[in-house]
Amino acid sequence: MTGETRNRLIAIGAILVAGAALAWVAFGNIGENLVYYWKPSEMVAQGDKAYGATVRLGGVVVPGSLKWSAEHTSLTFEVADNHLPTAQKVKVSSEVTPPQMFREGIGVVVEGTYASDQVFKTNRLMVNHSNEYRAPGADGGMPNDWKGSLSQADTTK
Amino acid sequence: MPASIPLLLLLALAVMVVVHVVVPKTRPILWKVSAALGLVMLGLLMYLGMFYAPPEAFMSNVGRILYVHVPYIWMAFIAFLMNVGCAFAYLMKKSWVTDALAESSAEVGVLFGAVGVAMGSIWARPTWGVWWDWDPRLISTTVMLLSYVGYLALRSFTEDPERRATWSAAVGILSGVSLPITYYSVRWWNSLHQVQSSTASVDKTMGSVLLWGLVTLLCFLFPFIVKRYEIARARQTAAMELPPLEAPRPEAA
Repeated sequence: MTGETRNRLIAIGAILVAGAALAWVAFGNIGENLVYYWKPSEMVAQGDKAYGATVRLGGVVVPGSLKWSAEHTSLTFEVADNHLPTAQKVKVSSEVTPPQMFREGIGVVVEGTYASDQVFKTNRLMVNHSNEYRAPGADGGMPNDWKGSLSQADTTK
Repeated sequence: MPASIPLLLLLALAVMVVVHVVVPKTRPILWKVSAALGLVMLGLLMYLGMFYAPPEAFMSNVGRILYVHVPYIWMAFIAFLMNVGCAFAYLMKKSWVTDALAESSAEVGVLFGAVGVAMGSIWARPTWGVWWDWDPRLISTTVMLLSYVGYLALRSFTEDPERRATWSAAVGILSGVSLPITYYSVRWWNSLHQVQSSTASVDKTMGSVLLWGLVTLLCFLFPFIVKRYEIARARQTAAMELPPLEAPRPEAA
């Protein structure tokens, strides 16, 4: 076997291994083991299993649910799957000061624990920005597709 | 961003690199022209990004880092794609040129990628509220950069130039798997990082400044790659000219 033939076999081998690895990641069920956050409905569907463990919850801050007490520096709000009024909601109580972008209607990912009193206590609050970049508009700049920043399940529906 | 733009940028880089390699007369000039154009465009990018483009509705001025964060990461992708192409080309037909180009593009890609990640982190602190989080996009980007760092480490550990060229080409192709995974990570899994923007999701002015930033960075990517390529070629030549280690050394006078 000449060096050239051997190299081509190496190339084919490398491509096959690379392709198989890619297919495994893309079409395998690795996604089930690689969950960055649960949406409220997913977390509630876990039932008792969701209680106590440190998990991340992601969704949108329900407009009108935000309560901030400057005296007690306590922040509570509700996180929903999406903007639909029927969406599953979970109450969140935060011990940290949220980033500047935090507001009603925006996407958030919170890390903490869900207790049997149905309140998710968090000490790490992250705001996620959508893939939209707009100049401040006349509509007050409300993102009209925050879902674009969340899971694929939301962007394809 | 229209989907054709990354491909056009990759094509432009490929054409410039081929011209540099094939036409010796262009070697002292082309990279200088590109770098000079890059500097001029960078000066204008500062103006365009800071003053011409409007502040972002939610992020205000912080959002302006978009015009450099995205180009840096794109350049890393383009460089890594070039590495995969060169690795494949080497295995199809042995050539010191494609081997040197593969080495150069991997190293420059790691550099641009690391800068892009650092900028992403700076952007994340005021917007997400954290410098870093182990979200799928950040994990996959880290893995991508580390796999090319591993590729470079493999190159420096292998002494025999031909063995190095062959096996690093195989590793280059394998590392290439991390490119689509990183690209699609935001679509395949829930992540904190937003999905790719499109022409529709970016205001026209902002989109054109971003395009300006992409071309600016491409003007820098080219000289980085060809100068690093020349270093790799010089090292190859030097390695070939060394006497075999077994050869008897002349007696000292």
